Amino acid sequence: MQSSDSLGNLGILVAIAGGALRGSIPYIYVSLGECLTEKSGRINLGMEGILLMGAMTAFAVSDQSGSPWLGLLAAAFVGGLFGLLLAGITELPGVNDVAAGIAMIIFGSGLAFFFGKQFVAPMAPQLPVIDFGQGIANAGVHAALRISPLFVLGIAVAFLMHFAFERTRWGLHLRAVGDAPDAARSMGIAVRRHRVVATTIGAALAGIGGSHLTLYFPGIWSEGISGGQGLMAVALVIFARWSPLRCLAASLLFGGAQALGPSLQSAGISGFYHVFNASPYLLTLVLMVLSCSRTRRLDGIPGSLARRG
Amino acid sequence: MHGPARVEAICIGKTFGPVRALEGVNLTVPSGTFHAIVGENGAGKSTLAKCLLGFYRPDEGEVRLDGVPVSTPAEARRAGLGMVFQHFTLAPSLTVAENLVLARTDLPAILNWKKEKERLRTFLEHAPFQINLEDRVEHLAAGQKQKVEILKQLYLETRVLILDEPTSVLTPAEADEVMTVLNALVRKEALSVILITHKLREVMAFADDVTVLRRGRWVASCSVGSTSIPEISSLMVGNAPLREQSARTDMTAGGAVLEIQNLSVLGDHGLPAVKDLSLTLKAGEILGIAGVSGNGQRELVQAIGGQRDIASGEVRVAGKPFHGTRADIRECGVFTLPEEPLQNATVPGMSVAQNIALRTFDQAPTAKLGFLLDRGAIRRAATAAVERFSIRTPSIDTPIRNLSGGNVQRAVLARDLGARPPKIMVVANPCFGLDFAATGFVHNQLVELRNGGGSVLLVSEDLDELMKIADRIVVMSDGRIAHESTRAELDLAVVGRYMGGHE
Repeated sequence: MQSSDSLGNLGILVAIAGGALRGSIPYIYVSLGECLTEKSGRINLGMEGILLMGAMTAFAVSDQSGSPWLGLLAAAFVGGLFGLLLAGITELPGVNDVAAGIAMIIFGSGLAFFFGKQFVAPMAPQLPVIDFGQGIANAGVHAALRISPLFVLGIAVAFLMHFAFERTRWGLHLRAVGDAPDAARSMGIAVRRHRVVATTIGAALAGIGGSHLTLYFPGIWSEGISGGQGLMAVALVIFARWSPLRCLAASLLFGGAQALGPSLQSAGISGFYHVFNASPYLLTLVLMVLSCSRTRRLDGIPGSLARRG
Repeated sequence: MHGPARVEAICIGKTFGPVRALEGVNLTVPSGTFHAIVGENGAGKSTLAKCLLGFYRPDEGEVRLDGVPVSTPAEARRAGLGMVFQHFTLAPSLTVAENLVLARTDLPAILNWKKEKERLRTFLEHAPFQINLEDRVEHLAAGQKQKVEILKQLYLETRVLILDEPTSVLTPAEADEVMTVLNALVRKEALSVILITHKLREVMAFADDVTVLRRGRWVASCSVGSTSIPEISSLMVGNAPLREQSARTDMTAGGAVLEIQNLSVLGDHGLPAVKDLSLTLKAGEILGIAGVSGNGQRELVQAIGGQRDIASGEVRVAGKPFHGTRADIRECGVFTLPEEPLQNATVPGMSVAQNIALRTFDQAPTAKLGFLLDRGAIRRAATAAVERFSIRTPSIDTPIRNLSGGNVQRAVLARDLGARPPKIMVVANPCFGLDFAATGFVHNQLVELRNGGGSVLLVSEDLDELMKIADRIVVMSDGRIAHESTRAELDLAVVGRYMGGHE
């Protein structure tokens, strides 16, 4: 990376920014999906499993069909199926959605590993990249501006979700369902239907997030590919106070933290490599400690999540 | 369809399992009148209201609105029946405007907030009270929430408004304001009102007619002008003998036993709920803390009981710092009985006997060698307590959550006042939701503790209760003590003003 050297220390920042644009994508989709689910008053802790299922499905379908776009759709579909399954289970009487979510992590990752066995090694057709940096001479900046279409789509989904929550009847009903289910029911709003729909769409988004892991450089499937991003994204929603736009911002922060280790290494700073690589995990811990307090209740938390104590 | 409607309930019967909740109840509310339904807890008032609204389908009988039968919530809504519940049905993290818009049944898929707000402002111009549309509901005081509930019904063009104990969370002044507005709406022929209440003063002041229920049966209906409070109360209670009220022995209060010094406590949102509050409880007195709920009473009780961290200040018992640990509680003899005892003072799934043993299970005689439970001793103690406090329970092994509210309260009092009565009792709203007999019982127990030289700190939203048994009353408003007076010099109007935070 001579180009980074030519920019000096700025090169590291450019690399981190580029990494943030790439690495934030799974966080964006999972956190938006989780945000939608939690607005309806449900928690989907199984996002990690759904992310892995999405990654494996996208890879397999892209590999078999030759079309990465088909892989993307398949990942969203499989994610949606998992969401529907979780929603169905949690609507049964006496089912705790935290326990059901943890079961989904195990189920989703187990299934992904099982079907993914035959796909370890080869490289599937990848999604194209959009080159925003055409004509920029500096190779480092240029590399950072080669952006996945999923990033652009993710931004659109965040704004669309924000619009839906604030400006549509469906969004208003969904927020009422998550905030005060009994009140919503008394106004004739179908609480169960809203929750099932939100959980399903939320999980489909996580499936799309998973497809980024295998349909973008380096584009291979491996069992450790998600690295807990599905779980961190769930924590990120709390930090983002259940706002889609803040989820977007927080995802960029996490993507940047994830790029810290590799960027420093490529700039020749390899001391504490593993510490820097752990920065998303540390960031999660620090943010959780800062945003949760024994004496304060969270602002903006959907009422039915707050009341579970 | 606008304007008030006539409601008839004909020979309504409703059974839940073995319980006959309603039997042959008749109710007629002529169009444009204000009708009160009174009765003790468990008399079937709320069940009747839910039948009117279609939430419950009666086993027998029929509900008619202007002669047309109504049997589902959707039919009731379309016909113009609306209800303000005892517990708020607003979404707390949504704004007032969002809550009002949410209630609309003809909402378009994409909201035009400009148009919606315009519509709301036009509506508010003619509304009986004003409210800021942009406020989040969770930041509103109870009285304001109640107003939003009523505004919501007016916005929906409700023709018959049913209110279930709407003033239980309001100050006397707020309650009167709400009642006056409802009365005026009825006079203006805007709607008919059905009010479920146990406050007979409100019935006499604002209603046209009153119907009395007792144990699920219709007892009487008459116009308010032709009856009186004593007559209604005797109809409500029937000929059940009321227990003699324990006489308050005249005694001068002794020295300070519980001192709260400059106490500050944070609430759930991290904002100060109790602010630099100082208070002294003396031996042999009942000190009442009046106030509208949400003014820091809950946090104060939790802080005294050790359930909530103290931000600054101190609680001292008999001159020594008190931290609410089990050892402190035992040594100092300070028991705390929070409000809603089933959730806050019992283990709902454990048996009556085990719950009664919670204070003493780790001591002789119910514990052997300091750690082995003696089940025989626990059962004997529970049997004695059930006898002495007349707890109505199928057996001492029944989970306590299966008991009625009054009997849960009796069981908790049996635990706290039975074997080893405390020196100090901190009690919050002990009679909330209890009927006459259970209320009288609780009051007697507290007065007897005081007569025996004990002290009671009684936090209550019910001024009548405080005036009946407290020796001294302070008013808590916005986390501070706003006013203090002795029993003899108490002026209800002044106390009401301080409760509202107007002085």
